[in-house]
Amino acid sequence: MKLYEHLGKKLFKRYDIPVPKSKLVENADQAAEAVTELGDVVIKSQVLSGRRGKAGGIGFASSPAEAKEEAARIFALDIDGFVTETLLIEEKIKIEQELYLALTIDGSSRQPLVLASLDGGMDVEDVPEERMIKWPVDVTLGLQGYMVREICRRMGVTGELRKEFVKFLPRLYRMFRELDAELAEINPLAVTPDGLIAADAKVTIDDDALYRHKELPRISEKTALERKAEELDLAYVELGGDIAVMANGAGITMATLDMVQHYGGEPANFLDFGGGADVERISQSLELLLGSNPKVLLLNIFGGITRCDVVAEAFVRVKESKGIELPVSFRLVGTNEAEAQEILGKEGIKTFTSMDEAVRHAVELSSNS
Amino acid sequence: MAIYINENTRVIVQGITGRQGSFHTGQMLQYGTNIVGGVSPGKGGQSVEGVPVFESVFEAVENHPADASILFMPAPFAKDGALEALDAGLKTIVLIPESIPLHDAMEIMNYARQKNAVVVGPNTFGLVSSGSSKIGIMPNRYFVPGPVGVVSRSGTLCYEIVGHMVENDIGTTTVVGLGGDRVVGMHFIDVLKEFEKDPGTEAVVLVGEIGGSAEEEAAAYIASSINKPVVAYLAGKSAPPGKRMGHAGAIIERGRGTFESKAEALSEAGVKVADLPTVVPPLVKAALSGQ
Repeated sequence: MKLYEHLGKKLFKRYDIPVPKSKLVENADQAAEAVTELGDVVIKSQVLSGRRGKAGGIGFASSPAEAKEEAARIFALDIDGFVTETLLIEEKIKIEQELYLALTIDGSSRQPLVLASLDGGMDVEDVPEERMIKWPVDVTLGLQGYMVREICRRMGVTGELRKEFVKFLPRLYRMFRELDAELAEINPLAVTPDGLIAADAKVTIDDDALYRHKELPRISEKTALERKAEELDLAYVELGGDIAVMANGAGITMATLDMVQHYGGEPANFLDFGGGADVERISQSLELLLGSNPKVLLLNIFGGITRCDVVAEAFVRVKESKGIELPVSFRLVGTNEAEAQEILGKEGIKTFTSMDEAVRHAVELSSNS
Repeated sequence: MAIYINENTRVIVQGITGRQGSFHTGQMLQYGTNIVGGVSPGKGGQSVEGVPVFESVFEAVENHPADASILFMPAPFAKDGALEALDAGLKTIVLIPESIPLHDAMEIMNYARQKNAVVVGPNTFGLVSSGSSKIGIMPNRYFVPGPVGVVSRSGTLCYEIVGHMVENDIGTTTVVGLGGDRVVGMHFIDVLKEFEKDPGTEAVVLVGEIGGSAEEEAAAYIASSINKPVVAYLAGKSAPPGKRMGHAGAIIERGRGTFESKAEALSEAGVKVADLPTVVPPLVKAALSGQ
């Protein structure tokens, strides 16, 4: 779950990580008011797009009138398909130098990874490899003082700044660990006459750990159907084509989409109902798909932990209760396949045993209808 | 021959009294897996499919020595269960659950490294040495002995491909599911290294997907250290960037982890990359006959 900048900064404050003074506002008048309190300000759109700056979502103002104008301009912007609902109005801080600092989870080393560079304030991809210091932290040891000092040495951070940094980084690490963060990124980390200040905050919390962080707000950047799927704990992504796809397992679902495209069709979505689903869950998945109004329904079931008879039962149940009018291409093999054939046979529903045939049939159906 | 496990591997099932745990204990026994005990706190003294249930992993190994454990516990309890199995001295841990928090997974992997143990998963179907032992949830009938090693990031897709191979009379030595999460115990390289050493394995099938850099790292390793032929299939060619395709790790982020980057890296390393799952068997046949 990605957090808005202002929420990330609220968490920073809780961990004694300095952030600029600020006000969160919902309209241009409030933005003007904030200036009387904060003086020269930066006005920042609170959207989850990484292209906020480039899209014009950040402005500056020195007077209430200017702030009102800038705020109105930003509220009217389309930023990567996002609309601004709130603005963060921050005091303009005196920046002497911009650093980059982040903690992330590194799949290769299976450890938290510190990323630190003297080249902050730019796209992180543009920082030369040798200027980005990477330090995997042994999660059992935690972030020790010597590690921070060594990161400083490799960065070329000395003197007063080093003293600041040695205090700063452990706070970010503590937050990263305690809140189950996947990412805690500060770009730029500003060097100011008052010390280090986090000028930005990109924080992502691990969705799978949200259950133990009841205090955190819930944020979603999903469409209505995607949100519905999330409530049902289904992996669902909208893709824009006309063949609705449902399968069991992320890899096989991706491969099904690839095959649809390979044979000239357009998948409408990705829906993986996962392993070991029961009738209820599969029915809900089917109903969700029908709600997206596709032209063709393609089901690709390879039963392992998932039982084919359970899928067949769910299909018949939905067909009876909601009606399934659109053409269906149904592939079904694996655990309890024979029982499934019997259930479907009674209803006159034919199935394929080969994925290849089922996908080609679905593509044919979509080009005919 | 096989890698990691064989008919002598003694297995404990953690979470044996649950719905999945008891069902798959039966399936594993049918396949021939040597299950010596189950664990379910509060249910010690019961038995499941004739397997004695114990209060803890420690109690289970006191009763009968064991080498490996498979976990069927809910994600919030998986860390505790995995650390217990490692502390009790088991050297192969198979983590079936999905949705284990990343920070928990990092702690498990770290302790496993200290204990010199192998962790398969999380979010995996497990592993099977065909014809002798399976520690996992894969359907029994597709895993018949043969000369090909298989390593995969996804479950059902792996069955699909192994199924196509079986239809074409190509069996397997060992099939390993790495797991779909971002932090998993083993990567392609770890398993490739074992297949290269295994005299029974003549060719390797690698089933990858978009996201992360494990396929690119595997490609570099294959180029430098693997002499056996490798065939690959990669899922996610049609996936849009920035969207998580089911698996936590299957996402193209900041232009990295794309299908193209992986297919190109593998091809350059001499790996034959199949366009469709159905193309894997002919490519494997060609590889086995030295073409």
